[in-house]
Amino acid sequence: MSTKVLCRTALAGVVTLTAIYLVAPVFVVIPTSFNASPFLEFPPKVFSTRWYQSYFDDPAWINATLNSLQIGVWVTILSVVLGTGAALAMVRGRYPLRAIVSGLVLAPMLVPYVIVGLAVYAVFLELGLTQSILGFVLVHTALAVPFVVINVSAALVSFDERLELASMSLGANRVTTFLKVTLPNILPSVLAGALFAFITSFDEVVTSTFLAGPDVSTLPVQMWSGVRVQIDPTVAAVSTMLLLVTLALFASAGLVRLVRSRRLNRVA
Amino acid sequence: MTTLTHAAESPPADGTDPATRPGRGHGAERRGLDRWGLLVLPLVVFLLLVFITPLAVILARSVTDPQVGVENYLDFFSSSVYFDVLVNTFEISGLVTLLTLLLGFPYAYLMTLASPFWRGVLLVAVLVPFWTSLLVRTFAWKLLLDNTGIVNTFLLDQGLVDEPLALIRNQTGVLIGMVQVMLPYAVLPLFATMRGIDRRLVDAAEGLGARPIVAFWRIYAPLTLPGVVAATLLVFISSIGFYVTPALLGGPKSMMIGELIVQQLSGVLNWGFASALAVVLLVVTSLLLLVVSRFVRIGRLIGGQE
Repeated sequence: MSTKVLCRTALAGVVTLTAIYLVAPVFVVIPTSFNASPFLEFPPKVFSTRWYQSYFDDPAWINATLNSLQIGVWVTILSVVLGTGAALAMVRGRYPLRAIVSGLVLAPMLVPYVIVGLAVYAVFLELGLTQSILGFVLVHTALAVPFVVINVSAALVSFDERLELASMSLGANRVTTFLKVTLPNILPSVLAGALFAFITSFDEVVTSTFLAGPDVSTLPVQMWSGVRVQIDPTVAAVSTMLLLVTLALFASAGLVRLVRSRRLNRVA
Repeated sequence: MTTLTHAAESPPADGTDPATRPGRGHGAERRGLDRWGLLVLPLVVFLLLVFITPLAVILARSVTDPQVGVENYLDFFSSSVYFDVLVNTFEISGLVTLLTLLLGFPYAYLMTLASPFWRGVLLVAVLVPFWTSLLVRTFAWKLLLDNTGIVNTFLLDQGLVDEPLALIRNQTGVLIGMVQVMLPYAVLPLFATMRGIDRRLVDAAEGLGARPIVAFWRIYAPLTLPGVVAATLLVFISSIGFYVTPALLGGPKSMMIGELIVQQLSGVLNWGFASALAVVLLVVTSLLLLVVSRFVRIGRLIGGQE
């Protein structure tokens, strides 16, 4: 019996250390960003918001952020439209070469981003699409769209099609049925896919470093150049803001799911 | 909505396999294109133009730039410097995979034993890095591991070491950073598999006289294999294409192929050679995926609906 207790204690110890290892970066970045010294001491001896100031005062950072937001919104719209359509086709429809099409749709998340970046750069250079918002939107959409397809098709598979048949037998046409019955049911998954798409775009650095230049850059590329050669403490401030936004987004998504499942349980 | 929680081969919530459900036809019995099927076309055309065509261009470029022939490939495989990068890529990916399994297995196992509250805490500890920007995390490791970083400053101040430990710009740095990035991709499929294992089987073995360690090793461990396989493949395949973390935390001796591609392009503008490297990396990744698809459904592996 005591060996079992010993085993459990050892297990708990190892896992606690692993958990600390997993979240350590988060605990380092936030306090560091409020450091007054340019040498990034930890824990900071004097607190200040000077690195936040330097972010908001620098047009390069602000422009990069606005570009990223703009690209992210377009990517979200485009990948939700393309991805939801494809998911409907893949679950409901009939089309040739099914296996190849599924492979094609998933491929962008399996092929290393360095290869995608190089390949797209080679083509976009000829077409004048480097350093353009459109160029970023096209590439990021290709990378983001599998997340939408996966989320939406999973929802469609578990959706009871008899609800649609009931709707149509009661006189609704196909489009009304889709908008009033199917879409509300799969909406949480579409929104989850949209969130993944936005974050994929907003976070993408590898392909973006190929496409960016002095004229058009994105936030991750700006951060990349801020840490590549020597650490610019502004990156700590940007990282903290990104962390808080991401955590808030996912916490709200989790909260929505919790409320939904509570409500469902009450109904059941 | 969490990706990966249904990794490995766990069945969907309603217990039916989507492939065998009525209305989802396959191959021979359902040919042609119907009205629902048409909806896949915009995405297919989009990906052919934005994704496949550029890859084809790279493939062509690797055998035509600077002149027609397989010279770029010969250069790569005959030069020990470049070949070492490939070996190094596999070595680091293998070590990362091993370490994530060693850390991820106990982690996922404890998650199945813990009370709902502690399971939630452990899950959040996995999901926080999973959601956090890769760049932010890599940056944080730089803050932690640099010679003037937090870890070394602490060790020096406490008098535990006389000079800073070399934790960065070498293989150690790459491993520390990459394992942290990849750990969620190991824990989540492992946990999904372990959650589905009937613990009464282990109890039964113990009831029949097996010592706990024997029962664990002979009964429980084999049942976790699908999760172990999924985690191994997912981590290894993702690792060989890594660029950001090795570039930021590694040194000249720990260069991986992704970094070499960027270096060949931005440094030397060697298009043909960079393309050939990309093709090699692409072929290796595809071959591994092909092997994987024999064991697990890829779609399941990389995402799904909770």
